[in-house]
Amino acid sequence: MKTNRREFIKISSMGMGALALATTPVLGWVPGFLKDDYTNPDDSKAKRYANYCEVCFWNCAGWVYTDEKDKIWKIIGNEDDPHSNGRFCPRGTGGVGMYNDNDRLKTPLKRVTDESGKQTFVKISWEEAFDTIAEKMTEIKDNYGSESFALFKHGSSGKHFAQLLKAYGSKNIAAPAYAQCKGPREEAFKVTFGHPLHSPEPLDIRDTKCLVLIGSHLGENMHNGQVQEMSEAIGKGVNIITVDPRFSTVASKSKFWLPIKPATDLALLLAWIHVIINEEIYDQKYVEKYTFGLESLKKHVENYTPEWAAGITTLSAQDIRDTAKEMANASPAVIVHPGRHVTWYGDDTQRLRAVAILNALLGSWGRRGGFFMPEKAKLPKYPEPKAPKPKWSWRDISPGKYPLAGTGVTNLLIDASHPDYEGDHKIKAWFIAGTNLIASIPDIKRTLDALNNQEFVVVVDTMPAEITGYADIVLPECTYLERYDSPRLAQHREPNIALRVPAAEPRFDSKPGWWICKEIATRIGKGDFFDYKDFSEVIDWQLKQVGTSLEEMKKIGVKKLNRKYDDLYFLEDEEIEFHTNTGKIELYSTTMEANGFDPMPKYTAHQESSEGFYRLIYGRTPAHTFSRTTNNPNLTALKAENDLWVNPKVASEWGFKNGQKLWLQNHQGKVSEFPIKIRITERIRWDSVFTAHGFGRTDKRLTRGYGRGISDSEMVSDVKIDKETGSTGMRNNFVTFLTEKPNTAKKES
Amino acid sequence: MRYGMAIDTRKCVGCADCVVACQTENNIPIGYTRDWIAELNEGTYPNLHLEIRSERCNHCENTPCVRTCPTGASHIILGGIVKVTHEECIGCGACIQSCPYDARYMHPDGYVDKCTFCDHRVANGQEPACVSVCPTHCMYFGDLDDPNSEVSKVVAANKIKTLAPEAGTKPQIFYLV
Ligand code: SF4
Ligand code: SF4
Ligand code: SF4
Repeated sequence: MKTNRREFIKISSMGMGALALATTPVLGWVPGFLKDDYTNPDDSKAKRYANYCEVCFWNCAGWVYTDEKDKIWKIIGNEDDPHSNGRFCPRGTGGVGMYNDNDRLKTPLKRVTDESGKQTFVKISWEEAFDTIAEKMTEIKDNYGSESFALFKHGSSGKHFAQLLKAYGSKNIAAPAYAQCKGPREEAFKVTFGHPLHSPEPLDIRDTKCLVLIGSHLGENMHNGQVQEMSEAIGKGVNIITVDPRFSTVASKSKFWLPIKPATDLALLLAWIHVIINEEIYDQKYVEKYTFGLESLKKHVENYTPEWAAGITTLSAQDIRDTAKEMANASPAVIVHPGRHVTWYGDDTQRLRAVAILNALLGSWGRRGGFFMPEKAKLPKYPEPKAPKPKWSWRDISPGKYPLAGTGVTNLLIDASHPDYEGDHKIKAWFIAGTNLIASIPDIKRTLDALNNQEFVVVVDTMPAEITGYADIVLPECTYLERYDSPRLAQHREPNIALRVPAAEPRFDSKPGWWICKEIATRIGKGDFFDYKDFSEVIDWQLKQVGTSLEEMKKIGVKKLNRKYDDLYFLEDEEIEFHTNTGKIELYSTTMEANGFDPMPKYTAHQESSEGFYRLIYGRTPAHTFSRTTNNPNLTALKAENDLWVNPKVASEWGFKNGQKLWLQNHQGKVSEFPIKIRITERIRWDSVFTAHGFGRTDKRLTRGYGRGISDSEMVSDVKIDKETGSTGMRNNFVTFLTEKPNTAKKES
Repeated sequence: MRYGMAIDTRKCVGCADCVVACQTENNIPIGYTRDWIAELNEGTYPNLHLEIRSERCNHCENTPCVRTCPTGASHIILGGIVKVTHEECIGCGACIQSCPYDARYMHPDGYVDKCTFCDHRVANGQEPACVSVCPTHCMYFGDLDDPNSEVSKVVAANKIKTLAPEAGTKPQIFYLV
């Protein structure tokens, strides 16, 4: 058999023919290379600069190499970094594409309206941009109070903008990373163990004997350290249990794959709890010593038998029992993975509570091969004046709503910005830093209605994204490869500090976030909150307080510190006071009860698909993070568009051919902007379809991303809100197929 | 001395970091690639099997590509690494046709290009770029003639296969299955 490279191309790359058509070979280094004779840049002649990756939240530390011509050449992991162990994922390696992308935002832009009412963006100077912003900020403050200015942020430079808002007097700050991602998980673990998981999750995967993935497609989401440790664990013979309606990559590496009916996960979790309690295979000593509420829980799950769950999940009762025993056999070296993007059905805090309870019964919290106790480096705060105290914050928008929300809820800010909001805490202006709200927050229409109700909107980003089209002022930020930011301090087994320094001058007229914020602050009379000439002074000052310096860190990139506090795992028979009301791990949650929620998770059935409709499941593909990567030249060369996974039975019922292009329509009538190619595959259940997140870009300035595949976010109009945290459940949307795009133009006119 | 690789399909997740790293390390123009991922899926839902692996030139012991090259541009260097001298290549594409693995491509500058096993790195004692970046550590590179090299040990200790053995090319890349 001739191994056909073209087949790969279908799966993982565009192929040469397609690419020759699709790419504009205008990257800085390509023409230079084409002229020169073939020579490999030489590591010994290259310079390298410390950085940590900004392509996803994992923030792997590495080295950015520049060649003899001082052009950014490659990015390689830093071997001393516990988060990356010297190895990046494809997105991090392909981070050079963010720098080279010629579609980047190049200059500040301002929205202008001509006499005929037509709106366009015109290029303006930084001076003019800052003056306009300062003027508007003063106006908003005078008219409504500074609290009426909100910030939506993501990533490292978000910190500078949060500092700006703090100086200005607003705490209305939120990131989609909470209510559109891990919010319910954080609160569920907090009420159970007294501690949220934070990021990266302290999972001791390398030493685990049993890894249970329910709602995690590790290996397709390239959460680097976890993928690395999973691979190490596979080498040591770990047993993996994967629960997924799709035969994911990791399902293919699992001892058990449970092809569950989507939206029934909580039934399976409760049945597992039932088996583990009733067969008395939980960690008895641990549960007795550390937990609260076993007897109530036992009674609560009495009827949640495997047979009951089998009827709901379409799994066999035997498989449910066998997998429960598999976990118990490995206990305490077992991890029921908490997942990350957990905002699915609107009862997500309860589902994650079940995950937390299961881990508690298995004794995995604080144990080798389970959850380790992470530690984080601390840097003292750079001196600054006392900030004004805002009169209200996002918590006051709808008092009493979402009592468990631990940090800003984006959709609450959107509520307060919406014309239908009747409360006293209206939001009138938005700063949006590094997050494409159109793709990250579901119910796009509501976001746009809120946006259009604003008096002023500023978007700061490196790339034109859908959201930039709605701004009054657009500010081009330089990429993480061209700027200083605060050192990364994220938790791990050992506390550590990772440095970011620029490896090249910012391209075009883009500028670092810290500089943008400092300039704005100065113009609104708050320059003393940014009391430095260059942000490197702040970094150096902070580093010197902990016994290192910018100079030292430039050489090493990452510094590991000694653990100050507890041990990595609980000691034998250690007395532990958990940060819960009872001081114990709460199987029965007193916090949930006090807030009027079920103290123990109950199963509720979710909406099911009707004839001809399929549940839309979305996820990751290894080469992309989200809309921020879908125009990257290196990464679109790996995967340029998403496809829709359709079971062959479904395809034959509809008479579809592989690769055929279809439009999708959801159960509320929403039709996709673009068509998507279908991939007919046995790897997906017949009641669901799957696609990768982040594609189907609608901004024409994105020459590689525009019109490539569909945006799953666009298909998520039916949002189920999690009562505890306000998070937005997005997996309750069902789609059907259209072979032609319906003529929507008529309806709109 | 015979350089070779072992690639563990049980660990590979198909992330294609090897592909991007090869492209940046070797300045491969965007849209072309020396290595790639193959996914092979078998069975019907829910009884499925999936193999994922990273592929590139097999640096075969028996090389149809070198035999068919009319100018001698395709040649074998020390350690069995199959290379193309770009200046001598006339871009006729005979080698591309003869390779059973589709491992060669026509560079936009008019010559044939392919995996070099990163000999420029190997000469400096570094591992090939793709091997050195893989987040799953699924690739091993080294001297197959040395029974104590890691790659030899991995090949000896595991169930292995090569691609298209029937082509008789004697590949030097071994897949752990
Ligand atoms: S996991 Fe990948 S994208 Fe995320 S920070 Fe690490 S290298 Fe960058
Ligand atoms: S894989 Fe193809 S190009 Fe490489 S040595 Fe074998 S025949 Fe030649
Ligand atoms: S050995 Fe080097 S040239 Fe060959 S595929 Fe790997 S990175 Fe590319």
